[in-house]
This record gives sequence, structure tokens and C-alpha cells, in this order.
Amino acid sequence: MQEIVVISGKGGTGKTSVLSALASLGPPKILADCDVDAADLHLIMHPRIQKRQEFISGELARIDPDACTQCGLCREYCRFDAIDESFRVWEQDCEGCALCYHVCPSGAIRMEPRFNGYWYVSETRFGTMVHAALLPGAENSGKLVTTVRTEAREIAEDQGIDLILTDGSPGIGCPVIASLSRTNLAVIVAEPTLAAVSDLKRVQELTSYFGIPSGIVINKADINDSLSDEIERFAKDKDLPLLGRIPYEEKITRAQIEGKSITEYDPSGLGEYMHRIWDGIQERLDAEQKASTA
Amino acid sequence: MRIAIASGKGGTGKTTVAVNLACYLRNLGREVTLVDCDVEEPNCHYFLSPEWDFQQAHNVPVPSIDQDACRGESCLLCVRECRYNALIWMVNHVMTFPELCHGCGLCSFLCPEGAISEITRETGIMRGGKARGIDIYSGSLNIKEAMAPPLINQLKSLAPRSGTVILDAPPGTSCPAVATVHDADYVILVAEPTPFGLHDFKLSVDVLKQMELPFGLVINRDGMGDNSLLDYAKQEGIPVLARLPHSREAARSYSTGKILIEDLPDFIEQYEQMVNTIYSRQKA
Amino acid sequence: MKVGISSTGKTFQDQLDPRFGRAAGFIIFDLDSGQSEYLDNQGNQQASKGAGIHSAQNVVQAGANAVITGHIGPKAFAALDSGGVKVFQSEVKSVQEVIDDFRQGNLTQAHNPDKPGHWQG
Ligand code: SF4
Ligand code: SF4
Ligand code: SF4
Ligand code: SF4
Repeated sequence: MQEIVVISGKGGTGKTSVLSALASLGPPKILADCDVDAADLHLIMHPRIQKRQEFISGELARIDPDACTQCGLCREYCRFDAIDESFRVWEQDCEGCALCYHVCPSGAIRMEPRFNGYWYVSETRFGTMVHAALLPGAENSGKLVTTVRTEAREIAEDQGIDLILTDGSPGIGCPVIASLSRTNLAVIVAEPTLAAVSDLKRVQELTSYFGIPSGIVINKADINDSLSDEIERFAKDKDLPLLGRIPYEEKITRAQIEGKSITEYDPSGLGEYMHRIWDGIQERLDAEQKASTA
Repeated sequence: MRIAIASGKGGTGKTTVAVNLACYLRNLGREVTLVDCDVEEPNCHYFLSPEWDFQQAHNVPVPSIDQDACRGESCLLCVRECRYNALIWMVNHVMTFPELCHGCGLCSFLCPEGAISEITRETGIMRGGKARGIDIYSGSLNIKEAMAPPLINQLKSLAPRSGTVILDAPPGTSCPAVATVHDADYVILVAEPTPFGLHDFKLSVDVLKQMELPFGLVINRDGMGDNSLLDYAKQEGIPVLARLPHSREAARSYSTGKILIEDLPDFIEQYEQMVNTIYSRQKA
Repeated sequence: MKVGISSTGKTFQDQLDPRFGRAAGFIIFDLDSGQSEYLDNQGNQQASKGAGIHSAQNVVQAGANAVITGHIGPKAFAALDSGGVKVFQSEVKSVQEVIDDFRQGNLTQAHNPDKPGHWQG
């Protein structure tokens, strides 16, 4: 089984548009949406939810006001300022470290499992999709990403499908690391802005650190040709294939408004670019496969 | 006054708004401090190119075990109780894994022998400097480090309590964003008028409402998409602070790291309106 | 001497699990007596972080002086190294075959972790 992960720096590079277009191309696949912080993929995929599961991870302190003598020790010890003057635990600040639980002389604090949101298995017109929705303010964690990816793998095995397309988390923190590990190809989506070029470099540092073969797609390439060229030079320098340049077109937003992938919305124009990008990806995957079986 | 600039997702033009707002206020003669709290991918300095004159490591506490004082296998309280799996017992000693440690202090508190003390570990750096009369602080988390909030909190503590402090928040609604906005006096949410933009905006609105923070909306690239964002804001009674028009010139100007209100002075009006709305609301 | 083999199941016919930290379990095999015991690792499979080092701790606590696995991350490797436990790498085969390979000296000892990791290993 092979897994492609589409990633980018944080700066809204149109990753979801690229991903949904790729989903519509090539062989059948399972989709795994690990960009759970701001998961937008469903706006294009229109998933029909088949299964919903609670996502429980970590713990949360809870103070029983009847047992609490307001001695203030917990507040003094908590290093995350999660307990306020009225001895209430602020869920968003609590790290679940349990120090207060051990400190409290009155046994007024309990540690409870933390409910962070749901993950789903859904049907879409491009295949089965595993995705998640976090409660507002909940932490995207490596664990949720791993849960989504593991489920996608199991479904792929069940359905006899050999390819998983994963929407990776943005940034360079723990979730993206969890979405990268053991994938066969990382497609890095970049755009030609100063900020995005620096993001690209940081993301590439990660993929190379993990030894994951990567390729680059430049989105909105014609906003700034000289920076696009710089990205191209960077790709050459790092020996990364440039999978394609996508021009900046209003049609990308139009497609979004209609809830379609850009290949569906504009099959001959943007669709053509995406087809070429897909061919490049397929070539890489085939080479990967050969290398690993040889 | 502390104003945080946030967005549900990256790439909405949040940093542009933060930088231009800082420049606009500075041009009015105000004391302005800009804190780039997006420590995973700090970007503000691309637009302002400050001269850095201050640099400091960001350290977090991690345990150090005095193996001679440790009771060993008959105890293992620290190993059992650490919620982050950062300690193990290996043959004849307690081994610490600083990258997994959250610095909560539980193990040193619990150790019956006082065998655990705390040392520090560097997870990033903080820098300070000046550009165009604006004080700038920026933090950068070391690559592969997982925990941004402690660095964000320390970075914010560098900013003065007086004057206007602009906090450029990391995108999203997870803990680093929450850590940035939680003590702000006002939050500006920047969003694009597209279905994605609207969806991400709603998530941010949920969080800010839950945190009981006052906020308003800046629509960036207005005209690129549809009206659903504006309609939603109206329906929810969320003040629209400004509508920054969509243009290729603006996108190009952004891509080269220019200050929009200088490169394209038409935008000044928008910032004026933004500032007036915020300040009049604060007074009210 | 005892070896701990990351395994997908309890028997010698089960396959070696190429993952160390997130292995389904470990078969602890005593080369001298031929006795074996199975160590379930499901708890670590679920853990979000620190799975590798805790697997290392548990395998060593079960008495293993050497470990045979597929891939191992830097933290788990450092943990085993600090306990003086040698790490050997093997392809995916049945546990029985892995033990035979080991007895015949056909497995290579790892001197470095092969997989940089933060979450796995
Ligand atoms: S569990 Fe830890 S972070 Fe949460 S309130 Fe208690 S001491 Fe603070
Ligand atoms: S330590 Fe216990 S008794 Fe004291 S204030 Fe906290 S919860 Fe209340
Ligand atoms: S709690 Fe203290 S005495 Fe107990 S195992 Fe840990 S370091 Fe040793
Ligand atoms: S300080 Fe907290 S997180 Fe760090 S090792 Fe001790 S108990 Fe674990």
C-alpha cells in the first residue's frame, strides 16, 4: 500500500484545492483528512457520514466545589495558569498534568478523560474518506492524526485499495510530523510569496529529516515569477522534482463556491495542469514501488 | 491596548493586517509594539526587516535525576505518574526524555527522596528589535519542537503594558492561537469571503465567544468570492471592521514583502476605518 | 540470554512486527531454556507519545538482553543503549525464522537508530 501526503507551510497555499483535485484523478483511493485544525476538505467532498466516533485523548482536571476548601495550593502549583480565582479549571489552558490532583489536600480534584471532538468515516464521490472535527479550542494532536491515518489504512485493506491520499496538517509541529511518518511521497504545495518560501524550506527540512521522497507544486505561480523561479531553483538544489506550476485563476475560488474540485469545475484548463501533476506523482510512486521491491 | 490579529487558517492575510495596522498606528504617532506570536513560522520580519538588538534563548524546565538519591525500582513514582511518558526505568536508573516533557513539575513534587531537580532546555529563541519606530518581538520555535505556548507566553511578557501592542497570532483555533489571544483586549479576525474562509471563520468565532473576548471581522480579498461571509457576520451581529479589496496588485505587493499602505495608499482608508471602529467600541 | 522480538502475535508462527514502539507485542525468548513469554504492547500502540521508550522499558523489564525488530527510533534506541541492550534488525518473517537467523548469527546489529522519530520508534 502506498500513501501520498499533501502538505504545506501554514500560509494557505491552496493545499485543499490541490488535494481535492488529486482525489478526482488516478486510481481509486482512500482519503484521510489530517488537517483537522481547519478541515475544509468536506466542503468540496460533501461526505455522507457513515460512522462517528468520539475522540478522547489526555486528561483534564475537575475541581469539586463542595469538597474544595479554597486553600489555593492548586492555583499556586499549576504551571499553566489553568485555575482561576474562583477555583475553576479553564479547559483550554489545562495540560492535564495532574499536579493539582496530587497537590490538593482535600481530595477535591479528579482527573477526567478529555473529549476533544469526533472522527468520521464517510462516503464521497471520490471514495471513502476518514476525517475529524475538533471541538473549538481543542488541540490538534499527533494522536488524532494517527487515529485518522490508521483507520484509513484499515479501510483501504478491507476494500482492497492500494492508495491513500492524505491531507497533511500545516506547519512544522507535532501534527504534521504525525501525518508525515511512513508516507511514500510528500507533495509540498508552495506559493511564491516570501513568507511561503520560508515555510517551504522549513517543511522540506522536515521531509528530508524523515527521509520521505518529496515533490513540489507551485500554486498561484504567476503572482510572482521571480519567486516561483526561486522555488524552482530550490527544488533543483534539493533534488526535488517540480511536479507543476498552477496559475492564479479566479476559477479556483469559483470552483470552491460551487463545492467542486478544480478538475471538475474546469476540466480543460486547470484540469489539464492537475492531470500533468498527477502523472508526475504516479511516476514517483512507481519508482518508489520498484525501489522498495527490488 | 492589546489587539490580537487572528484567523481560522493561514494565508488569509493576517500578517499583512498586523503589519499594516502597526505601521498605520505608528504613522499616527502612537507607541506601537508588534509581537509575532506565530513562533512556528514567524513572518512579520519579512515586511519590516527590523534591526535586531536583543536575543534570548527560550528555556523550559526539565527534570534532572540524582540517581544516587533515587530509591529505584521499589519506587518509580515519577515514572508511573508522568502524564506525558517522559520518564522510564532502564535496568538501574530513571531515564528522562526532555523532548517529551511538558515541564509540569509533577515528578519533582512527588519524588519522596527529593532526587529530582530541574534544569533548563532550550526550545527556541526570542528576538527584539526596531523598524520604522515600531518595537518588534519575534519568537522562533526550534524545528521538531512540539510545544509553542510557553514560548508565546514568554514572548508576550516582553511587550510593554502601555501603548498599543499588536499580537500576530498563529492561525487556527488550537492551543498556540488560544495562548496568544486569551488576554487580548480586542481580537481582529481576518477571513476571506469564500466557503473555506467562512467555515474557518465560524470555528474562530466559536472559540472567541467561548473565551468571552470582543472581536470584529476584517474581510480580506473582498470581492474574490461570494457574500456568504458578510451575510453571516451581519446575521451574527459581528462588526465588520474593514473590507480590503481583492486585487492582483495587492497579492503581488504582499508576495514581495512590501507594506501595503505605502505601496498602494488606497488601502490607508481601510485601516483608518478599522482603527476607528475598534477604538470607538472600546470606549463605548 | 533472552531476546525480545517485536511480533504481530503470540506464537512463533506470527510475523515479526517491523515497528518497535508500536508493535502489537513482544515475544521474550530464552535462548538457553527455550522458554518464551508474550508481552502485550497494545497500551503503547494507543499512546500518543513515548511509545518507543516505554516499549523499551517493558521489554528490558521482562528480562531481554537483546532486541530484534524492524525499525527503531532514536529515543527507543538511546533507551536500550543506556540499558546495555543490543538491537538487531530483521526483515519481516515468522518469529521462528527470526530466532533461527539470530542463532546462526545472520542478523546485523544496529549501531544507530534508522528512523528519526518524534512520534514513532
Ligand atoms: S492538571 Fe495540571 S494543568 Fe491542569 S489544572 Fe491541574 S496542574 Fe494545571
Ligand atoms: S488545592 Fe484542592 S482544596 Fe485547595 S483550592 Fe485547590 S481544589 Fe480547592
Ligand atoms: S520518584 Fe524519586 S525516588 Fe522515586 S523513582 Fe523517581 S526519582 Fe527515584
Ligand atoms: S516535569 Fe512533568 S512532564 Fe516533565 S518529566 Fe516531570 S512529570 Fe513528566
